[in-house]
Amino acid sequence: MKKLGLVLTLLSLLMAVGLPVAADGHCMDELGCVEVGPDDPIVVGAMLSVSGATSFYGEDSLGGVELAINDRDGMLLGREVTLVVEDSLCTAEGGQAAAQRIAADETIVGAIGTTCSGAAQGAMPIISEAGMLMISSSNTSPSLTNDDTDAGGTYLPGYFRTAHNDLFQGAMGARFAIEVLEAASVATIHDGDPYTEGLANVMGETFVELGGELVFAGAVSKGDTDMTAILTEIASRSPDVVYLPVFVPESEFIVSQAAKTPGLEDVVMMTADGSFSLSFAQNTGIAAAGVYMTGPYVSGEVYDDFLMQWEEEIGGQPPSGFHAHAYDAANLLMNAVEAVAEESDDGTAIIGRQALRDAITAVESYDGLTGSLTCQSESPYAGDCATGTALAVFGITEMQVNDGEWPPEVVWDLSMSMMES
Amino acid sequence: MFKWRTNDFSWVDFTIDVLRIIIVLGVIIGAWNTLSSGHISFAQWVNLFAAGLSQGSIYALIALGYTLVYGILLMINFAHGEVFMSGAFSTVFLAEALNRTGFLNAQPLLAILLMIAFAGIISMTVAVLLERIAYRPLRGSSRLVPLITAIGASFFLQYTFRGLYGSGFKAYPGVQALQGSISLGNISIPVAQVFVFCSALVLMLCLYWLVERTRIGKAMRAVSENKEVARLMGIDIDWVIMFTFGVGGFLAGSAGVINGLFRPQGVNFYMGFIPGIKAFTAAVLGGIGNIPGAMLGGLFLGVIEAIGPNLVLAGLGIPGANQLKDVIAFTMLVLVLIFRPQGILGERLSETKA
Repeated sequence: MKKLGLVLTLLSLLMAVGLPVAADGHCMDELGCVEVGPDDPIVVGAMLSVSGATSFYGEDSLGGVELAINDRDGMLLGREVTLVVEDSLCTAEGGQAAAQRIAADETIVGAIGTTCSGAAQGAMPIISEAGMLMISSSNTSPSLTNDDTDAGGTYLPGYFRTAHNDLFQGAMGARFAIEVLEAASVATIHDGDPYTEGLANVMGETFVELGGELVFAGAVSKGDTDMTAILTEIASRSPDVVYLPVFVPESEFIVSQAAKTPGLEDVVMMTADGSFSLSFAQNTGIAAAGVYMTGPYVSGEVYDDFLMQWEEEIGGQPPSGFHAHAYDAANLLMNAVEAVAEESDDGTAIIGRQALRDAITAVESYDGLTGSLTCQSESPYAGDCATGTALAVFGITEMQVNDGEWPPEVVWDLSMSMMES
Repeated sequence: MFKWRTNDFSWVDFTIDVLRIIIVLGVIIGAWNTLSSGHISFAQWVNLFAAGLSQGSIYALIALGYTLVYGILLMINFAHGEVFMSGAFSTVFLAEALNRTGFLNAQPLLAILLMIAFAGIISMTVAVLLERIAYRPLRGSSRLVPLITAIGASFFLQYTFRGLYGSGFKAYPGVQALQGSISLGNISIPVAQVFVFCSALVLMLCLYWLVERTRIGKAMRAVSENKEVARLMGIDIDWVIMFTFGVGGFLAGSAGVINGLFRPQGVNFYMGFIPGIKAFTAAVLGGIGNIPGAMLGGLFLGVIEAIGPNLVLAGLGIPGANQLKDVIAFTMLVLVLIFRPQGILGERLSETKA
């Protein structure tokens, strides 16, 4: 079935690539075309959270996109690449507003974004309706790639992401807790964000399916600094593992205060990619040593080069953990533009919108910074380009806390699992 | 209570009485359920109380800034949260430097005093500039104008500091001397919390002394009573107002450092927003314009926030009780506004002042 789907998409891709332009330079694409004159720039959109409390996620992704453009010396199809950044905040309204501005600009080939899953819910209908496409580098909520509206799915064609679906990450956390930590009970904490809530729920459900016990499922709110109340509640249920897929700085507050909460001093804390950054380890201090994290498996020379490039061109260190996904997302978009663009006689580049979507759907085993990317087209993974194989469990140690080494060592990944997937 | 039994029955009083009864019953039932289930031990309750007290003393320090300014100008300085942020955010770099050189752990008390002074001066400067640039030119205008200006100033300060120091999160380095905890039987309270509470208390006593026992304090009280008469008595009211903003700013800045010793993480340009709102709530709870009221309101709010979710909400079987911590804080505010609009210690404002 999957193969058939692949063949079909490849076929449709071939057809689409073959057909966007008739001989007279007319657009034949069913969703219309972007026409770029010989001296005009190729416009890439971005809908990122670049202001407010979550702006560091947006800036992180923006840096990845900029580096991907710089890698091509800012050129695509022999034209300059212009980046249009719209602020999508971290809310559905913000996503909606940003998407409306992107959709209003017909020269934009596609947009990188949004930052938050909540914003994607606002942006997706507009982008999809406009025949455009969006590739998110940090949305992970399962509902976004699920087209079953009864199950809360919101997927619409034109949506893609290079961030991994929570279904992979949450399940992976549960397996690690059972197989490696041999935990019998878990407590989960989210912060009300659809992302963290989804992750906490998937982890809890998988943990119970695998035979464990969920003793507490609670939440804090964003902006809380005093976690004593919830930690006391958790201590009274004495779980083996506390799973907190929340963002920084709430995760930093929870981990550092848990170390001082009677009854939780020795409980294993597990967090996820919302906290996957060196600053988490350094801000939390010594309490972070011993924390396990699920996160993107980005390491090795290519990634080191990327960080060097970041330091040279942007300065400092990436502020969060989605820059590599953004880099891949921008490359997927630009590769697709290159693949489908047709030159008409007067030198205008004609880029079919459906052809662009198909070209991204057809991506298979693309060797990105975040591992091998294969874009899928079937719910609940429709538009998911990350396969979950690029995820690993990392163990934070004093090396990170005191010496600032990053990324931490990988302690486990799904290939080490003893269970069938 | 039960005014409706008398002849002048009114639906408003009736509704308010019903509301009172529901709330009291809710609190009693929730607390009873939690306490009778007994899954949280006495020692844990004490811990919660202590943490709430420390958090509350930070709210109190910030709340004093609101209350001082309100007392003198009858305006709410909504940018006060950002005054707190400016000191806390700037001093994190000093703290990192002191930690690198080892001074922080070699001379913890001296280092902390240095940090408090630094943060206090930064915040004081920001507060004074704010008053001079954003508020003084608008002093004669209607009361809504400075309020909106304050909100604008708040955004301006947030993004200025983001521009200065970036959008990432920073954290105060741990001070070894504050790491342990004090044990009394099976109750153990972190030293950091005791330190926070005591230093906040010292600062509040200093403020009390300043306002009640010094010449400038007398001038502040005079200006708060009646600006025109104070001016006729030869008091330079512009200077007194500026001084008041400065004092509020200093307290907010020092609260930033004290907060950093107790809750080291989460230092960024946005960190002032929620403490600012909470401290405003605390100031209103205690009776805005009233200095002991702000202190009491802060402590009260901190404790209610720490104990409320576990004691009442969890007992009523509300899911995600801890996520509703803010709901408790703001419900308290609404209740106070309904039942005692002048706040816990507030006096009824006369017609001219209100």
